Amino acid sequence: MSDGKVFMIFQDTADARPFIEALTQENPAATIIHQPGMIRFEAMGEIGITRAVVEELAGRDVDLQELHLTLISLSGNIDEDDDYFRITRH
Amino acid sequence: MAKKLNMRKRYELLTRGLGWEPTYQSKEKVFSNESYEGIKITDWSKWEDPFRLTIDAYWKYQAEKDKKLYAVMDSFAQNNAHLNLADATYVNALKLFIQGVTPLEYQAHRGFARLARQFSGEGAQIACQMQSLDELRHTQTQIHTISHYNKHFNGMHDPFHMHDRVWYLSVPKSYFDDAKSAGPFEFITSVSFAFEYLLTNLLFVPFMSGAAFNGDMATVTFGFSAQSDESRHMTLGLELIKFLLEQHEDNIPIVQGWIDKHFWRAYRVLALVSAMQDYMLPESPMSWKEAWEIYFVENAGALFNDLARYGLRMPKYHEQATAEAEHLSHQVWGTLYNYAHAASMHFWLPDEKKMDWLSEKYPNTFDKYYRPRYEMWAQMAKEGKRFQNGGLPQLCQVCQVPMLFTEVSKDDPMQISYRSSEFNGEKFHTCSDGCKDIFDHEPEKYVHAWLPVHQIFQGNCGGAAIPDILNWYHFKPEDGGDYAGSADETRWKAMHGETTGAASSDTESAEEKAAA
Amino acid sequence: MTVKAIHGEYPVVMMDSVDRFHGNQLVYIGWDYHTSISTANAYPLPPDMPFAALTGAVLPSVLGPHPEFPLIEWDKVEWMLDGKLFHPNMGLSLKDNGIGHKSLIRFRTPGLKGYNNTGN
Ligand SMILES: [Fe+2]
Ligand SMILES: [Fe+2]
Ligand SMILES: [Zn+2]
Repeated sequence: MSDGKVFMIFQDTADARPFIEALTQENPAATIIHQPGMIRFEAMGEIGITRAVVEELAGRDVDLQELHLTLISLSGNIDEDDDYFRITRH
Repeated sequence: MAKKLNMRKRYELLTRGLGWEPTYQSKEKVFSNESYEGIKITDWSKWEDPFRLTIDAYWKYQAEKDKKLYAVMDSFAQNNAHLNLADATYVNALKLFIQGVTPLEYQAHRGFARLARQFSGEGAQIACQMQSLDELRHTQTQIHTISHYNKHFNGMHDPFHMHDRVWYLSVPKSYFDDAKSAGPFEFITSVSFAFEYLLTNLLFVPFMSGAAFNGDMATVTFGFSAQSDESRHMTLGLELIKFLLEQHEDNIPIVQGWIDKHFWRAYRVLALVSAMQDYMLPESPMSWKEAWEIYFVENAGALFNDLARYGLRMPKYHEQATAEAEHLSHQVWGTLYNYAHAASMHFWLPDEKKMDWLSEKYPNTFDKYYRPRYEMWAQMAKEGKRFQNGGLPQLCQVCQVPMLFTEVSKDDPMQISYRSSEFNGEKFHTCSDGCKDIFDHEPEKYVHAWLPVHQIFQGNCGGAAIPDILNWYHFKPEDGGDYAGSADETRWKAMHGETTGAASSDTESAEEKAAA
Repeated sequence: MTVKAIHGEYPVVMMDSVDRFHGNQLVYIGWDYHTSISTANAYPLPPDMPFAALTGAVLPSVLGPHPEFPLIEWDKVEWMLDGKLFHPNMGLSLKDNGIGHKSLIRFRTPGLKGYNNTGN
């Protein structure tokens, strides 16, 4: 894995909240940039979330593919399964 | 109880084995577009799906996205929320959007439908089918959202007709025509990778964030709703590139050539976006140059580091595009100002506050080159001699942008950059080394360009006088020219009770417009 | 390099051949270091038109509003035709001056470098 930059951008809405908070919790090294209507997470090498954390924050069962509803953009290679969603450089 | 399958396995079961070997026609005939570009596919089953989204989940999420978007649009209309815009000049960006971008969404819809039919691998067929549907959704949601503005402002009444005819819209149109008239692999490299992966963030992210900043909640919602599909499209572009490079080493030079070409083509289209970003947003959260640094320089740099192991390098002339970031929006805005009388939207000179912002964002160029230009024009306007170009511009044979670009990389930024080639005994002019290379590689293709200025002189555009041509474009006399003194401005002021004009409420002014 | 086609030879149609311009030929004319005019302009002109009509009528109709245009001393102007230095004969026609269909004429005006010497 290289240390190139990856990013994910979410809408700044209530629906996106569990994903935004999970990203914040699980990627302490990420830089969080607020802009009108959106929030950008940047990190070197990798960024990701796990389902358990998102479910805990949402207080309900969550299908990680729900992120399609509020994800604005991303950069990097996707690695996804039922229990995690990651973006990496390699 | 049977064990639950993991996502990958589930996805494979739902998307593979859907094809069959044809028996009464040869496979080459059934998928007739798949091999003529010289791309070698040895094994479609190696296709990795970018997102493992099955069609049932796809419909569920898309329906959800539309529900949310239409709820926002409804309440936007109900509350006459266009009244909350920072300023009505902003609406001109939406005019450019509906005329220049929305028809591209429709072109993308058609292009991906063709790919879904022409690729023989089922994984790629499904991804292209979904994208084709997404692009149709983008067309529709943009028309629906902007139709609210069409009730209150001019210039948005016939975007698809305009797209096929108007001089400044031939820039985006010809880019897509170029991609669509190429083979399927070139099309997807162009649209999914060069345009969507490398550059689309520049259109949808900072500009939409700017829409939010200026009080346009409807546009930011359709923008981000479309962009949520875009993550999937960008990923498709990236997976496709990796797939082609892994399939056969002979594919590498072909793909590199397409990336070079379509990066430059798409970048030239975005010249219009740079002007939207820096000049049409009354309050701008980010300049074109800043957006270019983040979304192209950083992002593409990291991406091409990843792709280097396949033998791919950064697109040719990317350094030139980065150097131009200091000049681009100013040069484009100046050209639009020159030809405001032939547009279906309004332009204006930046006010002091805007110029100060531009000086701050462009410390190396704005005060030195572009502020003096605006001061000269402001002076002329004050003397009743508003500057306009009474002729028609020379256009680039490839990108079709008026030849306004300058020798920035030769350190001669106030000299127009001219390139030319000969083919079949005729001269062809291009705006840059990037466009000249594209022409020289396939001159037979680019001699077919429908260049609006030449078409006017050939007598194919409704007449010789500007009003006849504008009529042929379906422009109305009140659609163009300066914002100051426009019908839009009068109406906007009336909406805010600022004038003694006939229209005293927004409803009345909308009716008035409908009657006009 | 020819364009790849699914069937047979890729056709070539010259969309802007001179015969399509009703007896005119296209000429592009650009004023160097005056970028407030944005671009060179395109003009459909009769090949038999004397060169002097360019400076006397055609250019003033489009470039006239530029504040430096009235200051041009035409006998000092440096001309370029299709990338080469060029000394037009004002009395001869465009054709006899070697100006062809889709030729590019550029000119420089010594001493005039755009509004306040900014290249505008
Ligand atoms: Fe789209
Ligand atoms: Fe797309
Ligand atoms: Zn060009």
